[in-house]
Amino acid sequence: MSSAFSAVYVRDLRLALRRRVEALLPAIFFVVAVSLFPLGVGPEPQTLREIAAGIVWVCALLASMLSVTSLYAGDHLDGSLEQMMLSGQPGFVIASAKAAAHWTVTGAPLVLAAPLIGLLLDMSSAALATLVVSLLLGTPILSLLGGMGAALTLGLRSAGVLLILLILPLTIPALIFGAGAVGAVDSGLSSAGHFSLLGALLILTALTAPMATALALRIALE
Amino acid sequence: MNPPIRWFTFAAPSRFYWLAGALNPWLWASTVALTVAGLYVGFFIAPTDAVQGESYRIIFIHVPAAWMSMIVYLAMAFWAALGWMFNARMASMLARALAPTGAMFTFLALWTGALWGKPTWGTWWVWDARLTSELILLFLYLGYIALVASIDDVVRGDKAGALLAIVGAVNVPIIYFSVDWWNTLHQGATISLTAAPKMAHTMLAAMLLMTLAFWAYAFAVVLTRAQALILERERKTEWVRQLALTRKGWQ
Repeated sequence: MSSAFSAVYVRDLRLALRRRVEALLPAIFFVVAVSLFPLGVGPEPQTLREIAAGIVWVCALLASMLSVTSLYAGDHLDGSLEQMMLSGQPGFVIASAKAAAHWTVTGAPLVLAAPLIGLLLDMSSAALATLVVSLLLGTPILSLLGGMGAALTLGLRSAGVLLILLILPLTIPALIFGAGAVGAVDSGLSSAGHFSLLGALLILTALTAPMATALALRIALE
Repeated sequence: MNPPIRWFTFAAPSRFYWLAGALNPWLWASTVALTVAGLYVGFFIAPTDAVQGESYRIIFIHVPAAWMSMIVYLAMAFWAALGWMFNARMASMLARALAPTGAMFTFLALWTGALWGKPTWGTWWVWDARLTSELILLFLYLGYIALVASIDDVVRGDKAGALLAIVGAVNVPIIYFSVDWWNTLHQGATISLTAAPKMAHTMLAAMLLMTLAFWAYAFAVVLTRAQALILERERKTEWVRQLALTRKGWQ
């Protein structure tokens, strides 16, 4: 089971490494999308500081959703997804490995880029640290839920937009607690409660989303 | 002793079609009768509210619509799950038939809420926990409808829709809780929707009548839509051909 997990995980990372620019696209989208906001709402540092956490979180959400569409699409097209599902390994192991690989390739760069982005938006160092931790806990949730959406919309014509419509409502709790943690720190409160809830959400999603993803893959491949 | 009722008889689309056809005139008639009675009691008999004046009367549409929006989602998830687990075609068709009605009720609740909010709160919309969760419920409905509509293969569409509906139903309490928490942190309880004022008996009667009217409407429209779905899916069967032939003979 763990060998199946690492086999799929390492394979996906290797594939991503061979297409480096493609793997970096979500992070680039993230930076570009965030830098549009000051142009839209105005450059006043006070305003930007207030909405910074929300902007960063929403853009991270969109970057994850845009990149997750291709999580199963390529493997579906060349038939390797069917081989994986027929291999006798539990589907949720494959689904977790794919989600973990997606997070490593796209989620982790978002977390790393966040402090830089935060500086552009004039965030305080305490808020920046909170933002990084909240993204560290929250982006895996996005990869897990996004994987489920990718499996549900596998092979459909408008898979990309459809996935966003299906999954965004489900990511709202992560967004609320993730951006809320930074808001709490900004107003002088502890972010411990937000982090606990975000962690609980991560555990719950990690336990259930791969199962649902595996079921969705079976439905799609029938 | 009465023979046991065989409910599974109606799992066959052809029999369900006849059952729906037999029930529908009664359901539509009671929808009209209950709506007329409910609106009459609500608009002409119920007293004017001491605080809100006449504007409160939209409650007779708003609150039943909000109730229905939630009940229909649960019913949809239930039938979709049943259809998926037991391969019951009829249950899956019912789930599909429920979705547009549920979305309509959700939209109606939001719309009447906005119309009510303007005179009482002075704004069309506040990011209150209930309003926000209702909006998210609308998104969940739209997601279900969009997913089911984009999958050409009927069986795959039914199953994928069922999975999404179940995931949504599990998530609704989590979303509500998080939105509630977010709301209390952000703006405090500026508007209390929970402190229900004491209601006159006629107000309660009007509300109950409207609730029953919406139930009857939901049953009627869902059964009608289910009939259409049955005809669409069973169009290659003998009984639908016969039905089409007899219909043609009438005209």
